[in-house]
Amino acid sequence: MTTSDAAVAKPRSKQAANKNAVRRFRVKFPDSQLADLRRRVKAMKWPERETVTDASQGVQLATLQKLARYWGTEYDWRKCAARLNALPNFMTEIDGLDIHFIHVRSKHANALPVIVTHGWPGSIIEQLKIVDPLTNPTAHGGSASDAFDVVIPSLPGYGFSGKPTATGWDPIRSARAWLALMKRLGYTQFVAQGGDWGNAVTEQMALLGAPELIGIHTNMPATVPPDIDKAAFAGAPAPSGLSAEENHAYDQLAYFYKHGLGYAIEMANRPQTLYGIGDSPVGMAAWMLDHDARSYALMARVFDGQREGLTRDDVLDNITLYWLTNTTISAARLYWESKLAFFAPKGIPIPTAVSAFPDELYQAPRSWTERAYPKLVHYNKLDKGGHFAAWEQPDLLVAELRAGFKSLRAS
Amino acid sequence: MTLEKLKLSGLAAALAASLFVFASPNYAAGAEDPSIRPFKVEIPQAALDDLRRRINATRWPDKETVADQSQGAQLARLQELVRYWGKGYDWRKLEAKLNALPQFKTTIDGVDIHFIHVRSRHKNALPVIVTHGWPGSVIEQLKIIGPLTDPTAHGGSTEDAFDVVIPSVPGYGFSGKPTGTGWDPDRIAKAWAELMTRLGYTHYVAQGGDWGTPITSAMARQGAPGLVGIHINLPATIPPEVLPALGGAPLPAGISDKEREVIEALRKYNMAGSSAYFTMLTARPQTVGYGATDSPVGLAAWVLVHPGFAQWSYGADAKQSPTKDDVLDNITLYWLTNTATSAGRLYWENGARGSVIAAVPQKTSEIKLPVAITVFPDDVYRAPETWARRAYPNLSYFHEVDKGGHFAAWEQPELFAAELRAAFAPVRPAH
Repeated sequence: MTTSDAAVAKPRSKQAANKNAVRRFRVKFPDSQLADLRRRVKAMKWPERETVTDASQGVQLATLQKLARYWGTEYDWRKCAARLNALPNFMTEIDGLDIHFIHVRSKHANALPVIVTHGWPGSIIEQLKIVDPLTNPTAHGGSASDAFDVVIPSLPGYGFSGKPTATGWDPIRSARAWLALMKRLGYTQFVAQGGDWGNAVTEQMALLGAPELIGIHTNMPATVPPDIDKAAFAGAPAPSGLSAEENHAYDQLAYFYKHGLGYAIEMANRPQTLYGIGDSPVGMAAWMLDHDARSYALMARVFDGQREGLTRDDVLDNITLYWLTNTTISAARLYWESKLAFFAPKGIPIPTAVSAFPDELYQAPRSWTERAYPKLVHYNKLDKGGHFAAWEQPDLLVAELRAGFKSLRAS
Repeated sequence: MTLEKLKLSGLAAALAASLFVFASPNYAAGAEDPSIRPFKVEIPQAALDDLRRRINATRWPDKETVADQSQGAQLARLQELVRYWGKGYDWRKLEAKLNALPQFKTTIDGVDIHFIHVRSRHKNALPVIVTHGWPGSVIEQLKIIGPLTDPTAHGGSTEDAFDVVIPSVPGYGFSGKPTGTGWDPDRIAKAWAELMTRLGYTHYVAQGGDWGTPITSAMARQGAPGLVGIHINLPATIPPEVLPALGGAPLPAGISDKEREVIEALRKYNMAGSSAYFTMLTARPQTVGYGATDSPVGLAAWVLVHPGFAQWSYGADAKQSPTKDDVLDNITLYWLTNTATSAGRLYWENGARGSVIAAVPQKTSEIKLPVAITVFPDDVYRAPETWARRAYPNLSYFHEVDKGGHFAAWEQPELFAAELRAAFAPVRPAH
């Protein structure tokens, strides 16, 4: 099946006979589409430079020009396609929509199945580096008892999954679809993991009360007490009586609310207006780089010659996936759909493991985390890593998943 | 000139510039060339060909998942408009229209300012400087030039005549693009005062809506020499105690039915996400600028998301002003001048100053000159007279008309001109 077939999401008549069928899927884009992308990148019409010397007006011209130069010349999507196709990819229809997912079973018996969910502006590309360490732990410093079976779906409207044509695909509906997916794969006891929208979907899975889901891990926990969230949103001074780490989290939140919410408000209200990022690859790249100040620094630094964390190819694989599948607007629509508060505790009734990365939108303090998750089984504050933990610090995240879920494995 | 002299004069210019910046914003200091140069619009054919090519190569997203424009410009309507833009639409017609008007450029505070300047043939015409906003331009004002400068041909009398000055805001249209920060409404207001002085006007008025309101109001607040009154059509009247209610807090005590209606309409406006573009432009003009700069359809959608276009029919209603061509003229102007990003930066510059329709952040109480207000019913909000009187201690004129919206001069040019005639009659010099 070609991806253009997948993107249209029309089940063929044979498949319609068995809607629950799980079909093999391979990534394949015609050369003409890749040539068109390069042509558009090279034909970029640029605005003038920002009038400041930092990123306070958004993605800086010089950085984006470096990205575009590499994207339009040396960058090779084929390498990413080969990496994707080296993994077992599948498509199955759930709730009327084609859901794409990567599914890798461990060779070890008693591997714990985990469904890992990405967010915006991410994709399954974020998770590629953790697949082997999770499924094949003995080759990556772990033991057989650390093994996971891994399921990595593309959210509706994202990547190779179908694009909803009607409203209603909020994180709660995706959570229901994920539970259906895991059951369809034959899993009767599994865990779930996510950050960003992946956290929202993962938490909603837990709230749906499916007995098969025995625990969750989150790297963007929702822990902020309501009064503190309100104060941070209003830009008020930090409430008195906060500990040093609570104060730090408060400052991070207040900064994000003050400077970082523009893109989210735009997408939550007028996602369709963003025609420009559907038609202009560089416009799209800028929009995706500008998630929050630290994520921007994380993704931009490699184009400015630094070597820490993500590579240029990492960043462009993800951006190119959005481009080739024409999913920026369908993905952005998730903000329009969701009515959930990002950081408010949801009363998760099942065992929860939390990893707090320092460069996340805010680093959740243990105190808030303990109050937010009544069944907290693991909390760890890490000393590096940010919003895209699996992508940027795969070893750390893998270690967190091993430790976080250890107590939930059947002995 | 020798190389040494060239270097020296460069140094002198740099020194003068730095003195100019640090000493005082006194534009009459002679630090820059005050000459006024005639200007004509001449877009190379290659730029028009490139635009058409890009329009025809548009890559579209899938259709919105709703049956209305609540997610933004609807795919089918935008496709139809863009199809026309790439085929039937003719920029050269607008170019001819603009070039039939006297246009000029002059450098003020280091930035080239473009403006249209039409003097009335009637003696004692009152000079008025009219300022556009986002996502507008001088295109919005073209239809009022005739009625204002030539009133006897448009139902008025010779005593209604205006000399009209219509500048392009820095970063917009044919004006220059600031390369540094600081070009907020207050600084633009100072530049406008200098412009009117250079034109020799010693007794004039100013008018504006959208960003034109803070700019025009700042001129009045600063006491621009020769300015005798202003007219605004998006006044900043929201009283401080009402602001929390707009965010969902309970209504303050003692408000009238009319005020309650306004609050409820504004709440609905906010809840519908109508100000999301405002938040984005304030936070990240550069980020949103890339797509709008590279993609004509991206630019069109970004312009059309402005709530001022909420009731625009995309040309389906042939009698509606602005017409399809009017709106495409405006969008094409942004495209050809590559100003989507530079224009959006005005929001960033305004930044923490807060709401442009709230009285306190806009310092309305500091305006001593007469202020005239016309409320057009379909604008962002209908300012109640009670709030207007509180916000503007020297309110000289208040009139709520029965039609028109955010782009009043564009939508209802005759009515708009009539409002300016009535509003400014008391400040005309005695004959």
